[in-house]
Amino acid sequence: MKIILCIKQVPDTSDIKWTENNTIQREGLESILNPYDLYSLDSVVKLKQNNKDVRISAITMGPNQSEKVLRRAISVGVDEGVLLSDKKFSGADTYATGKTIASAIKSKLNDFDLIVCGQFAVDGDTAQTGPSIANFLDIPQITYVKEILDYQDDSITVLRELDEGIETVKVKLPALICMLKSDYETVRANINGIKKAQLAEITTYTIEDIGLQPEEAGLKGSPTYVSKAFRASGRDVTCEYLNDIKSLSEAIKTTGGTK
Amino acid sequence: MSSEILIWAEITHAKFIHPVTFELASKAIELSCKKNNIPVSALIFLESELTEDYKEVFCLNGFDKVYYVSCDKFNRYKSDIYAKAAIEAVKLISPEIMLTGATCQGRDLAPRISTALHTGLTADCTSLDINEEGKLAATRPTFGGQLMATILSKNSPQMATVRANVFKPLENTVRKNTEFIKLDIDTSNLVSAIDITDFKKKISSSVNEINSAEIIVAGGRGMQSKEGFELLKQLAKKLGGVVGASRLAVEMGLADAQCQIGQTGKTVSPKLYIACGISGALQHTVGIANSTKIVAINSDKDAEIFKIANYGFVGDAFEVIPKLIETL
Repeated sequence: MKIILCIKQVPDTSDIKWTENNTIQREGLESILNPYDLYSLDSVVKLKQNNKDVRISAITMGPNQSEKVLRRAISVGVDEGVLLSDKKFSGADTYATGKTIASAIKSKLNDFDLIVCGQFAVDGDTAQTGPSIANFLDIPQITYVKEILDYQDDSITVLRELDEGIETVKVKLPALICMLKSDYETVRANINGIKKAQLAEITTYTIEDIGLQPEEAGLKGSPTYVSKAFRASGRDVTCEYLNDIKSLSEAIKTTGGTK
Repeated sequence: MSSEILIWAEITHAKFIHPVTFELASKAIELSCKKNNIPVSALIFLESELTEDYKEVFCLNGFDKVYYVSCDKFNRYKSDIYAKAAIEAVKLISPEIMLTGATCQGRDLAPRISTALHTGLTADCTSLDINEEGKLAATRPTFGGQLMATILSKNSPQMATVRANVFKPLENTVRKNTEFIKLDIDTSNLVSAIDITDFKKKISSSVNEINSAEIIVAGGRGMQSKEGFELLKQLAKKLGGVVGASRLAVEMGLADAQCQIGQTGKTVSPKLYIACGISGALQHTVGIANSTKIVAINSDKDAEIFKIANYGFVGDAFEVIPKLIETL
């Protein structure tokens, strides 16, 4: 079984700077592996531990420093890392990102059974890139996956955690799944894994390698654009400070807080 | 392109139309007023014919048109066949704007439609407006709620998803002479790779409770411990409300993830929201901005939460809450 694991390096969101184009200034930001990708990483590595026939390629799009998350994935058991890095990819929205990753998969990793993504990335929090990749590749997707229950050569069975309940779904492969936080214990790298990760060759592809035109990727290839970015609370109120418990209690009672 | 605002009418597992559909309709009517009253329409997929009950609901919620597709393969939501048929339908209707709920279903479906139609989709918007050029201006929190971004789409349909409880449904019903249009879509070639083998309804109703609660007592990092959350439970019980939590409190293991309120949790709109030991990061406050009244209790007088609160009390929640319970 061949798995493609899509991961993302995300900035530490406590210190954001924006460029003139209202895109994120990524240089100089502390970077981490998107936490949801940690759960999907755990899940596929668990599959591999139970079946040696599983082969996992991790793929990410970003600046050169993003190879760090690929090495991290390799350190816990992923077989290879693929980095999509090109200045022309920058400023991509979810459509352009989906197109770039799907084009790389089509041109370089087309022999796959399963694609695994995190449900969200904590920076954008859109949950759109996974379904977008699936649509570009014309394969079904299963989102909100809590757990991989079983897999066969031609299908995978998963648990979905939805607003209304828990759904068990069997889907024919090839397919794409997006994973929520799982209950698995996090896989840890051992010394051999760390060594392997340090020595691993990361395959890097540019826009030419994956056969896209400059106007199809990055900011140019994005149908959305940020018209403004601002800080706002969304509430226009002035706080009335209360100094004693009695007035606090009265305020609560008068605003509907009486049983 | 036809000039209209199309709303995805989501049918839930329990076979009713998701309330977010009507919240979106109410907003779409407002947007339509800024666009020469262009029609507000719905797209719905049904396993059988459109019943009078459904028709009545659409009439009463101000829809001008309802497009529907009936096929027994639509008995359960499956991403592949729903997407395929929805893409066909949206191509036929060719709306200027399309809105879907940011529900599990809407967030699964909308990106497939926008991808297939090469158009822009903005997720989880907290406000929608029409700009000077008549374009949809979709505003959403981004970067862990650090900033709000207003996003526009170069292409049509201009698409956005919005969570439940962000907009209010119409206060008074607007009876429209709704036009019902059966779409001519070939469903015979729809074959799903997906087989739903089991469904267990959630037993815990904490999610629904928190979504519809009139009173929420929420705690953040400042509540420090499970004992702190016990105090909140007592206060909530006294007031007839439910307990909510900030992301940090959930990450610290003080409260269940189902109680999480904010950008990465639930969006709520209670009559009364009591924030205890919550600093008030934008990621949390975007989820509570629609509360009628907010009362904040925090030991830090400069905490951001006071900027959005109607009433503030500077003090240690561990001392304040027990005294407060006695007086209520």
